[in-house]
Amino acid sequence: MTIETLAPVAPSRVFAAILLRDLTVARRELPYFLVRTALQPILFVVVFGFLLPKMGMIPHGYSTTMLPGVVALSLTLSAIQSVALPMMQDFGFTKEIEDRLLSPVPIQLVAVEKVVAGVLQGIVAALFVLPVARLIMGPIPGLSFGNAPLLLAVTVLGGAAFSAGGLYLGTGIAPQQIGLMFSVIVAPMIMFGCTYYPWAGLDHVPVMKWLVLINPLVYVSEGMRAALTPGQPHMPIALILVALVLLTALFMWMGLRAFDKRAMS
Amino acid sequence: MNAIETRALRKVYPAPAVKKRRGAPAPPAPPSSGIVAIDSLDLTVADGEFFGVLGPNGAGKTTLIGILTTRVRITAGEAVVAGANVATQPAGVRRRIGVVPQRPNPDRSLSVIENLVFHATYFGIARAEATRRGHELLERLGIADKVNAKVDQLSGGQQQRLMIARALTHDPSVIFLDEPTVGLDPQARLSLWEILRELHRQGKTIVMSTHYMEEADQLCDRLAIIDQGKLLALDTPVALKAQAPGDTVVEVTFDDDASVAADVARAMDGVSKAEARGPLLRVFSKRGGELIPALIDAGEAHGRVVRDIHLSRPSLETLFITLTGRKLT
Repeated sequence: MTIETLAPVAPSRVFAAILLRDLTVARRELPYFLVRTALQPILFVVVFGFLLPKMGMIPHGYSTTMLPGVVALSLTLSAIQSVALPMMQDFGFTKEIEDRLLSPVPIQLVAVEKVVAGVLQGIVAALFVLPVARLIMGPIPGLSFGNAPLLLAVTVLGGAAFSAGGLYLGTGIAPQQIGLMFSVIVAPMIMFGCTYYPWAGLDHVPVMKWLVLINPLVYVSEGMRAALTPGQPHMPIALILVALVLLTALFMWMGLRAFDKRAMS
Repeated sequence: MNAIETRALRKVYPAPAVKKRRGAPAPPAPPSSGIVAIDSLDLTVADGEFFGVLGPNGAGKTTLIGILTTRVRITAGEAVVAGANVATQPAGVRRRIGVVPQRPNPDRSLSVIENLVFHATYFGIARAEATRRGHELLERLGIADKVNAKVDQLSGGQQQRLMIARALTHDPSVIFLDEPTVGLDPQARLSLWEILRELHRQGKTIVMSTHYMEEADQLCDRLAIIDQGKLLALDTPVALKAQAPGDTVVEVTFDDDASVAADVARAMDGVSKAEARGPLLRVFSKRGGELIPALIDAGEAHGRVVRDIHLSRPSLETLFITLTGRKLT
């Protein structure tokens, strides 16, 4: 009998194989993926970064405020969708994820892989939207890539927090409620996410200034502002990073719990 | 060595179980106690054995296979598969088993060959070797012409073969099939049987659940008959058939309560047992079909009208009816 001597498979190897599967599929679906996740931010850019300034209804400097927000929005929206939608489909209808749940690693690793794939897809969407927005809006005063470590940290942490949030939404919410989820959670999150205005601007509405702090998107928008347009007013960097680490940990914990419930009966 | 051993295995689903068909039908117990899907099950499957799990829908077959393939948590007891404990070493179990699900669940974003290659890499097999195995398996299972096809272009039978190919890519020692022939046309079913026999000849341990008597009878070395999570009988098909009562089961369905007819039937010559379940009259007798006119008369004398008549000769089927009081399908 040879089975007694079967060496265990290295989890890192299995993880890489599952990630390669997701990236292969994502690469094939890239055009659809970009339309799904980048179209909305780009439309905002067209209206608020191009049309309204042309009409003179918005000052030209507004693009500096808006660009980091739009990048944050593309990153987070695509990270959340890249995980939530396939999870909902796989567990709800197709059961396609079963073959990965039968791989010889702890099933939590399959969930973690999804989150990592979600972060990578979020980065691709952000990298796509950034130059497109720049093209549409023209030169952006104060835009700088000087603080690369901070940019990287905000991108990875922001992507991870939302990707993990996608894991929770995709496994913890009934598929029938997906429409409700987008109108009740995602839409207000975008509007009150400090994407189209800086958090400091809410000084005029103090109640809102404190209320929006429950919105995870605020920290990604402000983080992008701190990294890309450091001349603009933004939250203290330490606060942003601590908040993003805590949110990632919280959503990951919630997501893994919900995933476990769906994967094992 | 044994491929599978379970001791006092028990699975209770929380009371408002979403998947009702997996549990026992509406137990009269208080709702807080949950639904018992598997109840103190002791099973041993030898290495290289073709083992069948036979039972009607809701008997606990899918739950049992779910436990043995590490996808369902155990409530109590223990199960060891291919030398690894399903609760404490699930990754070790998964390394050694191949699973063919009840409904094909191929990766629809990938082509046929990619399904096999990626699956093999999830088990740490290098890509080149995975590709070689994938082509070989498609050849063996007779779907080599579909190598680059999209999964959606495959028929139900072909998808089922792809699932078997996938289950074999990492060369498991134990293969689980959960009702693999449900929904297949007779021809696809027969060719699947041939594939399973070939795997059995190669020395693989096979555990298959089914609710088709004939399938269990034809393929399996040993059969466990389970219902409501309990093991009712366990033996070779030949020995089980020998246990079947020598009676033919005659079932007459009336338009209304059959108990009056059952009373009459009990008094008939050669009837060993007669029972009424609502409008269904079930009579066990060596005389078999001869009784039918008398049974019809017995009902009609009380104003009943016959809706259906069914005759089962001594077989696994009648054994099953004797053991469980209900039919398999």
